[in-house]
Amino acid sequence: MRRAPARDPLDALESRAIFILREAYAAFPRLAMLWSIGKDSTVMLHLARKAFLGRVPFPLIHIDTSFKIPEMIAYRDKLAREWKLRMIVGRNDAALKARKTFPDGAVDRLACCGLLKTQALKDVVSGEGARRVLNLRTGRYEPSRDKEPFTGIIAGIRADEEGTRSKERYFSPRGVAQRWELGEQPPEFWSLYKTDFAPGTHVRIHPLLDWREVDVWDYIRREKIPTVSLYYDQGTGKRYRSLGCYPCTFPVESTARNPAEIVAELRTGKLKDVAERSGRAQDADDGGTLESLRREGYM
Amino acid sequence: MDAKTAAARESLRVVVTGHVDHGKSTVVGRLLADTGALPKGKLERVRAYCERHGKPFEYAFLLDALKDEQAQGITIESSRIFFKSARRDYVLVDAPGHVEFIKNMISGATQASAALLVLDAKEGVQENSRRHGYLLSMLGARRIAVLVNKMDLVDWREDAFKRLAAEYGAFLERIGARAERFIPVSGLHGDNLAAPSARMPWYRGPTALAALDAFAPEPSLAARPFRMPVQGVYQFDGDARRVVAGTVESGTLAAGDEAVFYPSGKTGVVRSIEEFPRPPKGGRVFAGSATGFSLVQPVYVRRGEIAARRGEKPPAVAARFRARLVWLGRAPLSPRKDYVLKLGTARVGVRLESVARALDASSLKADRRATSVARHEVADCVLRTAGVIAFDPVEENAACGRFVIVDGFDVCGGGLIQEALPDASSLRHEKVLARNLKWQESAISPEKREARYGQKAALVLITGARGSRRKEAAKELEARLFAAGRHVYFLGIGSALYGVNADLRAAGDHVEDIRRVAEVAHILMDSGLVLIVSASELTEEDLVLFRSAIDPDRIETFWVGSPPAGLKGKVVAVPGKTGPAVAAMRKRLADRGFYP
Ligand SMILES: Nc1nc2c(ncn2[C@@H]2O[C@H](COP(=O)(O)OP(=O)(O)O)[C@@H](O)[C@H]2O)c(=O)[nH]1
Repeated sequence: MRRAPARDPLDALESRAIFILREAYAAFPRLAMLWSIGKDSTVMLHLARKAFLGRVPFPLIHIDTSFKIPEMIAYRDKLAREWKLRMIVGRNDAALKARKTFPDGAVDRLACCGLLKTQALKDVVSGEGARRVLNLRTGRYEPSRDKEPFTGIIAGIRADEEGTRSKERYFSPRGVAQRWELGEQPPEFWSLYKTDFAPGTHVRIHPLLDWREVDVWDYIRREKIPTVSLYYDQGTGKRYRSLGCYPCTFPVESTARNPAEIVAELRTGKLKDVAERSGRAQDADDGGTLESLRREGYM
Repeated sequence: MDAKTAAARESLRVVVTGHVDHGKSTVVGRLLADTGALPKGKLERVRAYCERHGKPFEYAFLLDALKDEQAQGITIESSRIFFKSARRDYVLVDAPGHVEFIKNMISGATQASAALLVLDAKEGVQENSRRHGYLLSMLGARRIAVLVNKMDLVDWREDAFKRLAAEYGAFLERIGARAERFIPVSGLHGDNLAAPSARMPWYRGPTALAALDAFAPEPSLAARPFRMPVQGVYQFDGDARRVVAGTVESGTLAAGDEAVFYPSGKTGVVRSIEEFPRPPKGGRVFAGSATGFSLVQPVYVRRGEIAARRGEKPPAVAARFRARLVWLGRAPLSPRKDYVLKLGTARVGVRLESVARALDASSLKADRRATSVARHEVADCVLRTAGVIAFDPVEENAACGRFVIVDGFDVCGGGLIQEALPDASSLRHEKVLARNLKWQESAISPEKREARYGQKAALVLITGARGSRRKEAAKELEARLFAAGRHVYFLGIGSALYGVNADLRAAGDHVEDIRRVAEVAHILMDSGLVLIVSASELTEEDLVLFRSAIDPDRIETFWVGSPPAGLKGKVVAVPGKTGPAVAAMRKRLADRGFYP
């Protein structure tokens, strides 16, 4: 018998994530993946390409708050065309039109996240809100005729991000109105996940739950996954550690110029003990946890 | 340490359990603080929070990130905590101790490969200490260390520690489990967690951290027989490959090997291992990898089958088996109700046949007369599935011997298969297996026949009460389909019974009758035909027999008139009058995509 090569912990994380993606694909005919353009969901997108031999057999949903850093949008559309992705973009046009946003000074940060992200996401998932789809030939977004709700949503959250996310399941049902009922979570036996769901509910699927920030970067390094340059120091001594909307996301002091340097910095360098989302202002406003945001359906 | 050596570190998942208030969260919080695993400022923030709210500081609060948890004062959810020792990385799964949260404890325990069980030195063994110990052992945890906590409350005395260790050790032995270590600790003061205690010089064993480090890593399953539950068969536009996808649970596979799929028994030679963006080094896969492979000749296999390798021990194939399970549903597991069983990637209807004994997981009081299984009970029982499934007894291959039971939309229980049991459909199925193993694939693939005939081969079973007009409906359906250009054939069951089955007439072996008809149907379908078979009053058992001989996706069963209660949902009812019956059948067949 040939000896098996030693398996790296990254291999184990990768295999589990691919297994979960394939289970989700088999269970949910109406499945979509959230792609925030950030490092985690881009790793997840790469894993989906691996799981399905280079094709992504479900659409990707991006929630555009209109306050995203422009480079992120350009990068999104470039990859979408290169990898032939079915892109769906959702946006809370009503709130934007009425200028009910934090940058407009109308609401606080949490309420802004609630409107531009959570509400927009809910509306795209249920089909009640506008869905714009990318025409791969022209590179332009067009309104979608598909109004059917999605029943499975793949999201790239990780348990080490903050307290509430560490309590998630791999397959996590969302009740009516898309709420997360913490006390009612189903048991998860081995890798035999909950894939049956009542009408009117949907399931969030979390293939990256066991990954830590450093694993994500180490994997990006190993797999040479393209990422937005905002994550790297371009000579200013600053870089983004976590990407969101520009009014609420701040760069950290760091001179890491590539994934390998970020890995070193996270393992032994100055960011070793600093929480990843420390550059996200909305977390601090929620008493240090994202609990109230997440209950209502935030990722 | 450079990125490379750090990446090669192993990581171990450990579940932390114990009776409520025995100090799990304190122990974990302390381990995190003492190994430097806390984010900067976290300890200070929690201390400040406690001061603001006029509460004494607790290490446990570190874990209670949720507001309502702090309000209730009990850990309600298992959560993942990351930390590392000099030896390896850890993921601690903090599992709650309260009885209502057993499901969370199970979720934590089934994801972990080692366990820490926390016992209060003063309060001693409590209900959930026993229940958790029992569940851990029944779910297959082999590496358990027991932390006897709050040693400060018993004045760090050796006799108190020894007495408790002996008592709990005896309990574990009775249930066939064993703790690798008993360690006296204090979560509050940090003794024997990350650093040895000066207050208990009588204890010379390892600290909790050292005990964790001493747990051997999971043994590799690469030397066991090859098993890969099929997650799907992917064929995407513009790509000629059909890739059988799944995660290898055990063993190894490479191009040139012959894959055998169970329960169908279909076989095919592996053309190549298929991965993106390129196949693995050496073109061989081992236990643990999420992968796929293509076959030299296309073979029709489906999600839910287990791929094995010719020449190695095959999995068991049966529709009845003995299992031990834990039940979590609010309503008891009842023999009068239909459930769904999930095992590997297979899904099949299941019923409880009998209960050998049901056990309260805490008192270990056994009820030998139980006929159903109540919430939080562990039971040894016999389950019967609606069709044959492939599995390994858990002793041989844990990954292919575990299952869950779904009631409605919810996972309500889970367990392990101990052994296959004989029954009529599994006995018949052995013949199906043998047939598939010996089957000579034609050079013309089913796809080619489908393309030529413009239809998918199908078996249309038309049944109904004696005296119903099922034969008329069947012949009329044949005539209509033929007129519409379909390749169709009608077989009255009598035509087979007195020919192929003539030798059975005296014996009256009904099961063998059905098996042979199913085999004839299988041959005709392999030639690409839509076959219509009429028979009176087919039973659920008969349908199981057909399904185990023929791909269930290719069978449609109609009942002419109104079907008996037991078959509701298992057959499609059509009107008793021939005209409307045929119209309903044609519509249904077209809807199922048997022809365009
Ligand atoms: N005296 C003493 N108290 C402890 C020790 N460990 C935990 N406790 C206390 O026991 C109570 C329950 O602890 P906690 O960690 O919340 O228990 P859990 O329910 O098992 O997570 C808390 O008030 C702790 O301060 C210990 O070693 N000594």
